[in-house]
Formats: sequence, C-alpha cells, structure tokens
Amino acid sequence: MQQTLQPTTVRRRSGVRRQDTSAVWRYIALFVLAFVTLAPIFVMFATSLKTPVEIQSRIPRWIFTPTFSNYQEVIVQYRMIPFLISSLVIGLGSTVLTLLTAGMAAFALARMRFAGRGIFAQTTLIIRMIPPAVIAVAVIGFWISWGIGDVVEGVRFSLPNRLGRGDILDGSQLGLMLFYTALNLPFSVWLLFGFIQQIPVELEEAAIVDGANIMEVLFKIIFPLMGAGFAVSAIFTFRIAWNEFILALFLTSRFTKTLPVFASEFIRDDGVLWGQMMAVGSLIAIPPLIITFFAARQIIQGMTAGAVKG
Amino acid sequence: MRTRRFVPYLFLLPAASILLLGLMVPLYNSIVLSFYDWNFGQPWSDKVYLGGENFRRLVSDPVVWRSVRTTFVFGFWVVLFEMTIGVGLALLLEKPVRGASVFRTVFVLPLMIAPIVVGLIWRYLLDARNGVINYYLNSVGEAIPILQNLGFQTQEWLSDPSLAMVSIVVSDVWQWTPFIFMIVLAGLQGLPASIMEASYIDGANWRQMTWFVKLPMLRNILLIALLMRIIDVFRALEVIYIMTNGGPGSVTRVLSLHLFQTAFTSQDLGYAATIAVLLSVILIVFSVILMIFNNPLSDRTA
Repeated sequence: MQQTLQPTTVRRRSGVRRQDTSAVWRYIALFVLAFVTLAPIFVMFATSLKTPVEIQSRIPRWIFTPTFSNYQEVIVQYRMIPFLISSLVIGLGSTVLTLLTAGMAAFALARMRFAGRGIFAQTTLIIRMIPPAVIAVAVIGFWISWGIGDVVEGVRFSLPNRLGRGDILDGSQLGLMLFYTALNLPFSVWLLFGFIQQIPVELEEAAIVDGANIMEVLFKIIFPLMGAGFAVSAIFTFRIAWNEFILALFLTSRFTKTLPVFASEFIRDDGVLWGQMMAVGSLIAIPPLIITFFAARQIIQGMTAGAVKG
Repeated sequence: MRTRRFVPYLFLLPAASILLLGLMVPLYNSIVLSFYDWNFGQPWSDKVYLGGENFRRLVSDPVVWRSVRTTFVFGFWVVLFEMTIGVGLALLLEKPVRGASVFRTVFVLPLMIAPIVVGLIWRYLLDARNGVINYYLNSVGEAIPILQNLGFQTQEWLSDPSLAMVSIVVSDVWQWTPFIFMIVLAGLQGLPASIMEASYIDGANWRQMTWFVKLPMLRNILLIALLMRIIDVFRALEVIYIMTNGGPGSVTRVLSLHLFQTAFTSQDLGYAATIAVLLSVILIVFSVILMIFNNPLSDRTA
C-alpha cells in the first residue's frame, strides 16, 4: 500500500503545476467551443426579434431594439396556436404511451424468462433504425389501400373524426403518436431495462410474499423507483416527437400540422420569410433548450447509454 | 420470479403491437408497394403489378447510386471531422475543470434542437447576400486583401456546387461533434484508474498513454460511435432538405432525400417504396453490425 501510494502523490504534485499552464489553454478551448456552439442559436433568437428591414440589411447588427412583431404575426396572421397545441398533444401523447409500454416490456425482459424473449429483443434491435422517411412512404400506401383516411390536398390525411372545430385530436395525430412511439420504443425499452436491472430483486420478492400480485409489483414497486429512467426516456421521446418533420409533413392535415411543418412553410418559391421562420424556429427550440438546462446530465446519460456500458 | 406463463406476453403485448403496427407493417407495406407502379392521387385499384421491374430499374438507376455515393461522401467527411475533433476535445478536456456542468449543458444544446431548425439556422448564416458568415469573411478580406485569394470574400455557400457539400458538412459537424465528444469523454472517465497509474509508473508520456493505452481501450466505444453516426447520416434528411434541398443539381442529394423527393415531389410511390427497401436494407445491415458490438441483452444479463 505504502509503495503504490508514493508514486501517485508525486504524480499529483507535478500534475498540479502542469495544470496551471495547461488549464489556461483548456479554458480558452472551452470558451471558443462554447462560442461556436451558442452563436448560431443566438443569431436565430436575435433575428426573430428584428424587423424585416433589419433582417434584410447586409450589415449584421448585434445591438438593436427587439420587437415581437414576428411572433405577433405568426400567432395572429398565420394562426399558429392550433399547431402549437397539436405539437404539444402529439409530443406528450407519444411520451406517455412510450413510457407505459416500454416500462412494461422492460420489466418482462428484465425479470422474466420466457420463450421468444431473445427473438423479441433482437427484433427491436434490428428494426430500431428504420427511418421516418421509409415509414412515411409505406403509410401513405397502406392508408390508401385500406381505405383509411381521405386524401386531403393530395398528400394529407385525416380521419373524419374531428372533435369540433378545433381538431384537437384526429386520426392523423393518433397515427403520428403511434409512429413516434414505435420509433422510440426500442431505445426506451433498453434504457429502462438497464434501470430495472439495478433495482434489487429482493424488493419484489418481499412484496410477493406479502401478497402483492404482479401488476401491483410493477406499478407500486418498480415504476415509482424508475423516476430517473423515465425522465431520460421521456426527454428522448419528446425530443423526437416534438422535432420530427418528415412523417408530420406527410401525415398531418391542414388543421393538425405540427410546428416543424408550419415552420417549413415560410420557405416560399420567391424566397424565405426569415423573420416569421426564425420566430417559429425559436419557439420550436425553446422547450428542448429548457429541458437541457435542467437535465443535461440525464441527456448525456441517455446518449452515452447506447455506447458506454453503464 | 414465478408467474403464470402468459404474464410476460401480457407485459410485452402493448409494446409489441406498437412495434408491429408502427414499424413492421410499414416496412412490410414498403416491400409490397415496391412491386407495383402506383402514383399519388390514383385510386389504389389503379396500381399496376410490375413484378421485379422496380428492382431492375433500381439496380441500373444512376441517380440512385449517385445519391448512395453522395451519402457516403457526406458521411466520410462528417465522420472524419466529428471523430477527430470530438476525440481530440475529449482527450484535452478529460481532467475535470471548474464550471464543467455549464460547458456540458452548452454542448448538449445543438443535439436537442430540431433538425429543421438547425437547417434554417445554417441556411440563414450561410445566405449569400444577408448571411453573417459572408459578411465577416468579406470584412476580413477587405482588411487584409491578400486573404481574398484564399476565399475571404462573398461565397455562394449553398448554390455553388463545390461549396454546397462543405456547407452541409459544416452544419452537421456543428450539431453532432458534441455527441462524439460526450461518448468518448464518458468512455475515458470509465477507464480503470489502475491501468492509467500503471502505465504512468512505467514512464509512459501523454502521447504514449493516448496512442497505446487509452485509444486502444476505447476501440469498441469509438466503433460504436462511428456506426451510430453512419446510421444517422443515412436516416436524416431534414437539415439538407432545408439548406439545399439536394441542390445545386444533385450535389447534396443523399439517399434518404432522394427517397423523399421521389415520393413527395415526383409522387412515384411504387418506385419510392423500392428505394425505401434499399435504404431499410442498408440500415438493417448497419444495425446488425452495431448489435454485434453492443448487445444490451448479453451485456447486462451476464
């Protein structure tokens, strides 16, 4: 013990001195990187607060009087609120559906042995990378071939199930929730699987002995202990559902489009309506940015879970 | 845990049905559709059965293979830059610094922003007339005229065929380098301290530690990160759709964008489904390779 301790103390001492000079460089590198990372995002928010004249000016101004006229315009003139609600409904709906179904599947995979377990596990891993574009092409095929959905404006579908004028929930939104949940399930199942494995099995055994059934074990013992896992899984599901564009473009109706689809419509043949587009872009970016400020650690945990064994 | 035999299936049922309806059925439908000639707007009954005609067309379609090549070229450059910068940074910043959590938050931001928003940000920054990047390039060029020959002047970033690829690579590197950085950093911090100490005692310097100890030990993680990026390059199309829409000409038309345009713009759904099958096969092959290196089932139940 004495012998191994000595070299490390020496190393630590010399390391400190070296760190003094190299720490400066490290901070310079970090600040440059932080600037490169933040500047583009800042430009978007700044542009969204400028007038058309300021945006069209060749000289970028960093100091200007901010105006909310772009936001006012997209909300009042372009009637954004229903699309914001549509985005929220789809995002939150997919998240809840993913947590519930992935949680149950992960519990079965982690705690039970049964025929077909390996096949289910491997299938999820093999099909998890099917991209939204592939789903979009196929969905249009089978929705039409099965007679579901009427063709609206050539490419947009919705079931005639409109809840009043607001179209808060229609077939296209339920469809999107299904696809976003499916796109996220494999990742979430494996993430939650890892979390359940860390819960001592004795807890469940004790509950069973006390007369709890398997549903009570899952909902009263396991799920309450999985807050951290659910948080990571929810962040990633919401991120996909909130940000996704291709499937939403194909599947939502004129009334139920999500914010990314709405934003893309400011690219016109005769140019881009930058002010309005940056305003909608900022609104799309705000929820993920807020989530990042509160849960950066969990996000990194989720991102590295796929590559680094934790 | 002892339960009735049907219980595990009951627990898997919701997830399995969603996967079936949301992923497997669409995949199956793509395969079915790829045997037909069918366009948007036509009733489904007007479809024409072609047998393998779509696949024969695919194999000899230079446009498709050019887009596959474009995807690989794009993938090569983004992976090269992202891996180099990401790994370099992780090695540089391996030791904990004060304020690490603030920097960590900053670096996660680009990964959370919608691809469509990333696309519009970079389209604006690189805009030839109003773009911030051109303005500062120009200013530097005017201040130091000699640099003008080195490109410090107004550039048509998104409409010049030789620069469009550079532009989409830049936006991707901006968004995804932090991903590599974080994965490698987590890997570095997970390396056993005893080995690091042992090689230090043996007199290894920083360069030797990096090349002969750390990077070899991280080989698996680097491979997984690389595969994940390649898979993502094949899946994603939103940023490119917004920035260049594949142009000028077809310089930046990657395979997934070509699929999207065949379905959405040309409305040739039968052939689009054929391209979708090709894209799915490519992605399933990569997924299987990824599964071999990184199988959660075998890792954690061991």
